[in-house]
Amino acid sequence: MASVTIDAPRSSRSNGSKRSVNLEKWGWIYMRASGVVLVALIFGHLFVNLVSGDGVQAIDFAFVAGKWADPFWVVWDTALLWLALIHGANGMRTIVNDYATNALLRKTFTGALAVSTAVLLILGTLVIFTFDPCPAGTAADLLPSFCAAGQ
Amino acid sequence: MSEKSAGTLAAPGPKNPLPRIRAPKVPTGTLYRGNIGMWSWVLHRITGVSIFFFLLVHILDTALVRVSPEAYNAVINTYKTPIMGLGELALVVAIGFHALNGLRIILIDFWSVGPKYHKLMFVVVILLWVVLLAGFVPRHLMHVFGG
Repeated sequence: MASVTIDAPRSSRSNGSKRSVNLEKWGWIYMRASGVVLVALIFGHLFVNLVSGDGVQAIDFAFVAGKWADPFWVVWDTALLWLALIHGANGMRTIVNDYATNALLRKTFTGALAVSTAVLLILGTLVIFTFDPCPAGTAADLLPSFCAAGQ
Repeated sequence: MSEKSAGTLAAPGPKNPLPRIRAPKVPTGTLYRGNIGMWSWVLHRITGVSIFFFLLVHILDTALVRVSPEAYNAVINTYKTPIMGLGELALVVAIGFHALNGLRIILIDFWSVGPKYHKLMFVVVILLWVVLLAGFVPRHLMHVFGG
């Protein structure tokens, strides 16, 4: 009588070439670990920038310079940049893998995601750590109040 | 037969009739297919993609602080217009759902009774979402439209 053989549950896909690091598993873990941290980081970001004080009306160059004069917000915004962008790019990669059935299209989208993520991470980090709160030749009313002391 | 097999299935025949599987009259769904499980997943995707594209723009507009105070202020002033103000409202609506539903997903994955209570947790997500927006929306509309 004909029969169908079923693999034992949880047997590895191929016993010959087993990957030592399961990147998909770590991606899955990253989404959850970064997600929990991002809830706190983003809600804090939204509260300080959109709710407290005059909200969005208060945001300008001097507002950003005032925040980044405090290392607390430098660390906060750097963590936000890295955690959120990698979280978002990995989510987009999941969606690309789900819907792009054409192998070339999938590689193109995944490559574009990788390049844009790398560029924005480097750009954003450089902006935060090379930031000049008092650029020369700028009208004083555009700058944070602490710039006046040095001039 | 391979020693790594869990067992064999007898081929269907007169002695082994195929089990009759009927579709339920009302779709019952599973954790991920149909009803709340699927629609929360759909909303999680839509909000996630929207937030991702805003994040790309937001990193670039913030990078203008490295160009000049004038350039940054010119762009950030467009964020204070009524249309962009409504856009920020939509952004917070999307972030609020994505964050709360993301915590629900984590509880489904790691909490021993998470899958059992996934529908109840979705109701809690919606309630917390409404409370969050009830606090944010009037405040933000006052900032944008003055009042």
